[in-house]
Amino acid sequence: MKYQTAIVIGASSGIGREIVRILAAKGVKVAAVARRKALLDELVTEFPSLVQAYEHDVVQTHDVPGLFLEITKNLGGLDLFVYNSGVMPEVAATEYSFDKDLHMVNVNILGAIAWCNQAAERFQNTKHGYLVGIGSVAGDRGRMLQPVYNASKSFLHTYLEALRNRLSRHGVVVSTIKPGPVDTELAAHMSMKKMSAHHAAEICVSKFTKNGEHYLAFFHRFAFYIIKRIPSPIFRKLKI
Amino acid sequence: MTSAAKLSLDHMDRLSGFGQAGHIDAFVYRPTTVDEIREVFALARSSNRRVTLRGSGRSYGDASTGRERLVIDITRMNRILSFDKATGVVEAEAGVTIEGLWRYCLEDGWWPPVVTGTMYPTLAGALGMNVHGKNNFCKGTIGEHILELEVLFPSGELAILTPADDRLFAVISSAGLLGVITRVKLQMHHVASGKLKVYAEAFKNWDEQFAIFEKYEKESDYMVSWVDCFGRGNQAGRGQFHAAWYEHREDLFSRRADKQDLPALILGFFPKSMMWKIFRWFNNRTGMRLINWAKFKASSTLGNHKTIDQGLVEFSFLLDYVPDWRRAYEPGGFIQYQTFVPREHAKRVFAEQVRLQQEAKLESFLGVMKRHRPDKFLLTHAVDGYSLALDFKVTEKNRAKLWELAHKMNDVVLAAGGRFYFAKDSTLRPSDVSAYLGDALPKFQKLKSEVDPEGLLTSDLAERVMLVD
Repeated sequence: MKYQTAIVIGASSGIGREIVRILAAKGVKVAAVARRKALLDELVTEFPSLVQAYEHDVVQTHDVPGLFLEITKNLGGLDLFVYNSGVMPEVAATEYSFDKDLHMVNVNILGAIAWCNQAAERFQNTKHGYLVGIGSVAGDRGRMLQPVYNASKSFLHTYLEALRNRLSRHGVVVSTIKPGPVDTELAAHMSMKKMSAHHAAEICVSKFTKNGEHYLAFFHRFAFYIIKRIPSPIFRKLKI
Repeated sequence: MTSAAKLSLDHMDRLSGFGQAGHIDAFVYRPTTVDEIREVFALARSSNRRVTLRGSGRSYGDASTGRERLVIDITRMNRILSFDKATGVVEAEAGVTIEGLWRYCLEDGWWPPVVTGTMYPTLAGALGMNVHGKNNFCKGTIGEHILELEVLFPSGELAILTPADDRLFAVISSAGLLGVITRVKLQMHHVASGKLKVYAEAFKNWDEQFAIFEKYEKESDYMVSWVDCFGRGNQAGRGQFHAAWYEHREDLFSRRADKQDLPALILGFFPKSMMWKIFRWFNNRTGMRLINWAKFKASSTLGNHKTIDQGLVEFSFLLDYVPDWRRAYEPGGFIQYQTFVPREHAKRVFAEQVRLQQEAKLESFLGVMKRHRPDKFLLTHAVDGYSLALDFKVTEKNRAKLWELAHKMNDVVLAAGGRFYFAKDSTLRPSDVSAYLGDALPKFQKLKSEVDPEGLLTSDLAERVMLVD
């Protein structure tokens, strides 16, 4: 197997939680990192010899370097790093709440930089590793409903693209995964057809070792190929 | 390191043993002074991590790797401090390599008394493992030629050890688990010429092979044989024997380092640096059966019973002859497995080892036999007998089977009172180690608790075989 040790940030619910379960079922030693310790402990109970739980809020970026060293020491190495934390508070089409926006920036952007920088520096020096960021199809276009969420995911995609360009030459794989709507807490307020979190996580895991940007379904790839190319004068009149 | 050492990701590196059969990540520090080594120890304490010592990383297995630990790489402490051309006594920092030694001393007529099959090990690493060469039966191990050692123990003591001190016999041979060897005073061996007379003879089986070793052991300076592990039945144990003698005619020309260097081309046109890529095509059971067969046919016809002149470097450092040959074993790497068996049981044990390999269809691609003598180092591998060194290719598929084979071969060796060698090991179990070390193990552990009371020094090997807690 290509990886034996993994860190998953944002592991207490949704896709992250399912990723931890899929990896542990394959025998991978996983450090599950999230705010809600009780939920992580359930994973530890399910896989006592493989999953380790670390309580951490990604907005506490100053804690990251120390925690990263502690986790990698306890894991005895690091082959795979997954940044899955993300928030998308419900925002009305006419709302401009700085608090909500700041929270998205803190979790979706600053937390990602704090963690991915650690993994990137380590992988660059050790000349191996898989660095994965869970982005979103929402980052493909600035849409009227979620200005900051769209921008934060767009940031993540560009940031990971830059890391990929830095790290590929050192033998490191950087994978950006862009799920569409998935049945998780994050998308609880959205009423549309959603993929199950477990199914989404399974597809995510299959993309971990592949350099590049990945959608979860052919339909998404096709739809966003078109959406990305809709001219702005038309796009601004649409309600998507 | 200008200020105190820090635990930071830019010190991380991916390390493996010489066999490249396992890789780990660690924080690597390359001190240049004893004080900087002390700083790494201080960092280990403050960061609650242990320390592994590493030279050039020429141990085949996991002796110089420490997963997620601090690794002290001694290779920057590489200065020769003094050299007496009249007596051949050389004093050097312990990161000086065997190559560094011969390049510096040979022109004046001094050659390292004991050399390994590659010239790249550091003195610190060579002494940690107490390495031997093809002259072990007459010159012993490298430790027997040490006049003085400076050792920094994790307790903080900087000791000067001489052969009058028991601790010298423990530090040498204890695989870097007692203290950091920082400075070495060594007696070199006088040579008049940079050439050796080398005699080759093919043998058809184990009986003939042992008879040749016995015939030459009284009068030669070096002895080694190549064994074709694919030979079976009455051809089992076939191969080619080499004995070598120093030339006693004064010859300054051949002592010059540039006259020892090997050509970069084969047959005058083919770059040696490309050879591993061709070697790769043959690096499977069928290919190796063919190569071993061809080598045996060649050695039993063309070069048989011939004596030739060969440079010291060309004869000694066969592992450096083809650059990057290890890459032919990628991606799984290889392990080396060497066992040391008392004289009276060696033939039976080695024959059984080769039979077990053939039964498992995991024949070693290269077998090398040498003659040894015992020594008084604490964790010594030596016996009055012979060793057989074997190279096994590791793949994801054969790994479990290969380890099982090694364990079967261990049992045969232990039953015959044989011993093992940490520099070559990847497969030993704690029970194997405690069986062959016997009383030496508690002695080692007692000394370790004195010189390294916090247990700072460890390695992946030490933890695998439970030399340390």
